[in-house]
Amino acid sequence: MHRLTCPFCGVRDEVEFRYRGDASLQRPKAGAATDAFVAFVYERANPAGWHLEWWAHVHGCRQVLKVLRHTGTHAVAWTGTAPQFPPAHLLKHDRAAP
Amino acid sequence: MTTADAREDRYSGLRLLREGWRRHAGWGRAWTSRARPDARYDVVIVGAGGQGLATAYQLAKTYNAGRIAVLDKGPIGLGNVGRNTTIIRSNYFTPDNVRFYDASLRMWESFEQTLNFNAMVSQRGTLNLVHSDGQRDLFARRANTMRLQGVDAEWLDKAAVKSHVPLIQMDQTRYPVLGGFLQRRGGTVRHDAVPWAYARAASALGVDIVEHCEVTGVRREGGRVVGVETVHGPVAAGKVVFAVAGHSSRLAAMAGFRLPLESHVLQAFVTEAIKPCLDVVVTFGAGHFYVSQSDKGGLVYGGGIDGYNSYAQRGHLPMTEEVHAAGRTLMPALGRLRVLRQWGGVMDMSMDGNPIVSATPVANLFINAGWCYGGFKAIPAGGLITAHLVATGTPHALGQHFGLERFHAGRTIDERGNGPYPWAH
Repeated sequence: MHRLTCPFCGVRDEVEFRYRGDASLQRPKAGAATDAFVAFVYERANPAGWHLEWWAHVHGCRQVLKVLRHTGTHAVAWTGTAPQFPPAHLLKHDRAAP
Repeated sequence: MTTADAREDRYSGLRLLREGWRRHAGWGRAWTSRARPDARYDVVIVGAGGQGLATAYQLAKTYNAGRIAVLDKGPIGLGNVGRNTTIIRSNYFTPDNVRFYDASLRMWESFEQTLNFNAMVSQRGTLNLVHSDGQRDLFARRANTMRLQGVDAEWLDKAAVKSHVPLIQMDQTRYPVLGGFLQRRGGTVRHDAVPWAYARAASALGVDIVEHCEVTGVRREGGRVVGVETVHGPVAAGKVVFAVAGHSSRLAAMAGFRLPLESHVLQAFVTEAIKPCLDVVVTFGAGHFYVSQSDKGGLVYGGGIDGYNSYAQRGHLPMTEEVHAAGRTLMPALGRLRVLRQWGGVMDMSMDGNPIVSATPVANLFINAGWCYGGFKAIPAGGLITAHLVATGTPHALGQHFGLERFHAGRTIDERGNGPYPWAH
């Protein structure tokens, strides 16, 4: 069971959230090439390791949160609001998981 | 093992009787597992699961593709081919998919004779229940699409469902069962026997199967693949195939491109063994739940994916609870059983919910990926179309719609009939 620390509500169980995928993707500018949009809409890094992702607190404050989570151990290293970013040292994919 | 050896090694009732008299001392090894790969092959297949071994078998048997190796980081058959709920069926929605999956179902029908291996193929039927008028109309459209292509689909009304599967609680207050669509040719296959059968047949045709040989890198020269790096050193290859569903993105990253998929964990469960009580595969239409009874007596069932990216072969309790809640809604008697085991497998969840059997941005590198939670039933035909693509360089007629280019061309496959939504899971 994931336990996520919502910046607004505190520690809550995974069942209150809905997973919304990779939060590291950047929407291409309006005039960008089709390939850039295909990559944005469909293609994913899908790392086995640390993954920055969106979780919507649908059964809580209904805010969309940004979470840094390990896809192998399910450890959560950082949780923040949508505009925030985790500290750079946490973002290294090969950093060992707890 | 040569082909001649394989002929002497044929399995049959007579052979079983003979070996029984000899205290079963005469059974040879079913396949040869090599400790190390050779330095060079015409085709290297990464992943000795169902799809990888079926591809190797077809390449050797049908396409004379030269020297072939299948490399796996672990023993064969311990990935998703040994973790699924063993269901085979071809009740799909889009005509292309009906064609492909029914070709696979027909290959299952002759699987044991073709490969001379008892895989306990059991066409006990798959029954999809419907719980609302809208759902009945959608499923009817699917059944009609199937029947137009000569694939069997049959409507069972409420009384027929009740008599076919007495365990189902028909008149639930929330999800009353209106009826169901039955595909009598659907059923189950002993999943472990599938990689064993293909490994034995491929090995007899001269394919090298190398277990515990993890691929750690992909060697490229000028935009084309020339081999792989393994824990046993480099292996040169004319062509390389990734058949590593669950870990496809990791291999693709080694080759320098991204795939339109995410890895998710899917759980499955089995209860203690009981006397025969369910002789058909049943799917609940008001929640994600599907169940069958194994020949050993345990009820084997599963539900939806946990819903977050994961490479862990285990799931979390919220989905465990949801699956059991759905199961007990459909069949309250399940509540009297004890759950024996729970496990998880890592799925390639592709962005349109359909497989990818395709060339890649790297020349001579092919992928067989993105099977979501439906790869098991597709193993025979998946191996065939992958082998065809690798050997000829052009997609097989059955799998032309599975190419990666569909995501660029806006031709994603709308199997659920709900539009080109990019995150189908």
